[in-house]
Amino acid sequence: MQVYADNAATTRISDAAKQEMILCMDEFYGNPSSLHTIGQKAAEKLFEARKTIAQCLNADVKEIYFTSGGSEADNQAVLSAAETGKLKGKKHIISTAFEHHAILHTLKKLEREGFEITYLDVHENGLVTAEEVKAAMREDTALVTIMYANNEIGTIQPIREIGAVCREKGIPFHTDAVQAIGHVKVDVQADNIDFLSLSAHKFHGPKGVGVLYARKGMRLFNLIEGGAQERGRRAGTENIPAISGMAVALKDVCDHMEENEKKVSALRDILIEELSKIPHSVLNGDREQRLPGTVNFCFEGIEGESLLLLLDAKGIAASSGSACTSGSLDPSHVLLALGRPHEVAHGSLRLSIDHYNTEEEIRYITEKVPEIVDYLRNISPVWEELEKGERAHVI
Amino acid sequence: MLYSEKVMDHFQNPRNVGKMEDADGIGEVGNAKCGDIMKMYIKVEDGIISDVKFNTFGCGSAIATSSMATEMIKGKSIDEALQLSNKAVVEALDGLPTNKIHCSVLAEEAVKAAVKDYYDKNNIAYDKELFKDDVHNMNEHK
Repeated sequence: MQVYADNAATTRISDAAKQEMILCMDEFYGNPSSLHTIGQKAAEKLFEARKTIAQCLNADVKEIYFTSGGSEADNQAVLSAAETGKLKGKKHIISTAFEHHAILHTLKKLEREGFEITYLDVHENGLVTAEEVKAAMREDTALVTIMYANNEIGTIQPIREIGAVCREKGIPFHTDAVQAIGHVKVDVQADNIDFLSLSAHKFHGPKGVGVLYARKGMRLFNLIEGGAQERGRRAGTENIPAISGMAVALKDVCDHMEENEKKVSALRDILIEELSKIPHSVLNGDREQRLPGTVNFCFEGIEGESLLLLLDAKGIAASSGSACTSGSLDPSHVLLALGRPHEVAHGSLRLSIDHYNTEEEIRYITEKVPEIVDYLRNISPVWEELEKGERAHVI
Repeated sequence: MLYSEKVMDHFQNPRNVGKMEDADGIGEVGNAKCGDIMKMYIKVEDGIISDVKFNTFGCGSAIATSSMATEMIKGKSIDEALQLSNKAVVEALDGLPTNKIHCSVLAEEAVKAAVKDYYDKNNIAYDKELFKDDVHNMNEHK
C-alpha cells in the first residue's frame, strides 16, 4: 500500500487545478500587460484569479499580491513592516521561537541591522497567548509576526485575539498562514490581520506560487524591482497558469472546507488515539488547538530518520521533526522550543494527512508505526538503558 | 536516493544485530543528545574476533555503518580489526552523504572501544597511542 502522509511538506495537485493550468497555457498565454486582445484576455484571467482568492480570504482584490510562494511573501511582509517601522524610529519586532525559517532567517537578518526581536516562548503545548503578545509590546514595536499554524506540530495560534491586541495598539500584524489556508477558515478582517502569507502547493495548487495579502494602508517595499506588475510592488510577468491554478485549488478547498475538516480531523483523531498507545510516546502540541490533519509524535529511544526510512520501505511517506533529512544534524528547533530534550526531539514523526487520505490508509499507518518503533527500540542501546532503569524515561 | 543500495540493505537488514551476554569486550560511543549511540560487543578466541554484535540508536547510516563494520571485523584478528578505518567502511557501503560521514567515524571508534575494553579486562598491555582518539568527545560531536 502507498500512503502519502506528508501534506504539510507539499500536496499533489488537484485535477481541477491541473486542468486550469493546461487551459491557461493553451488559451491565456498572452502577457496581461499587453494592450491587444490576447493580452487583455490574460489580464482578465489574472483578475478573475485575484478576485477568487480575495473572496476566499474576505479581502479586497487590491490587497492581493502574487508572489513566488510563502517564503517570498514572508520576506516581503516582514522586511516591509521593518522598513516602515525604521522610518518612524521603531526597531522592535515580536515573534515566536518556532516560526518557519522564512521568518526566522529574515528576523536574524534584521537583528544584524540593529533590530531587536522578542521571541515569545511557545510553552509545552506550542501556543502563545494574546496577553503574552501584549505584554511584549513596546513603544518602538514595528511588527508582530506570528504563524497561524505551526508546520511541524500543527498547533493553531489564537490569531484573532493576537490581531485584536495589535489593532488596539496600532502595531502591524503579519501571520504566516501557509499551513492554515485551505485547511481552516481564515478571514483577514475578522482575524484582524494586516499581512498574511500563503502558498498554493499546500492546498493542492501548483508549486512556486503564493500570495501576500497586505491590508489597505500597509506599505510594501519591493524585493524585486522591474515592471509595474502587482501594483508596482512585485515585478515580473505574471505566471498565469500557476496563479489561476492556485485560485481554482483554493476555491475548491474553501467550498468544501467544513466537510474536509470533519473528515480529516476524524482520521487525525484515530492516529492520535492509536499512536498514543505506544509506550513512552507523546503527542507534540496542544491536543485541541490544532490543524485537522497534522500530527507529530516523539517516541523515546529511537531516532526519527531510521523510522522514516522504514516507513518509506512500507510505502508510507511521512516526515520527521528532526532536520536530519534536510542536511542538518540538529534536532528540530520547533520541538526544542516546546522544551523537548535533544534526545527525545531526535525521535519525532510528523504525519500530515488530508481529504485525499482514507481510513484504510490511516489504519495501515497505525499498524506499521508501532511495529517499526518496536523493532528500532529492540536494536537501540538507549532503549535498553531506559528499560533497565540506567537512564530515566523523559516521556 | 539519499543512500546507496548497500547502505539501504545494511540498514534494512542489519547483520550481527543484538546483544551478547558473554562478550569479552564492549565498546559504547556517541551520545543520545547528538542522535547516535553505538554499542559493540566482541567475543575473542586466540586473538581472533570469533563473534561480534551491535546495538545502535541513530539514523539509517548509523545502523548501516555499524552493520558493515561488524561484517568487516568478524573472523579477523584483533590487529586487523584495529586497522579498520572509517574510510574503509564508507567505501564498503559505496559511499555516504557528506553530513553522515561522522557515522562511519563512530563505527570505527566503536570497534576500537570494544577492543580496548577487552584489553583492559584481560590486563593485556597495549600501545596507548592506538586509542588516543577512541573516546568520542561530546563537545566535539555537537
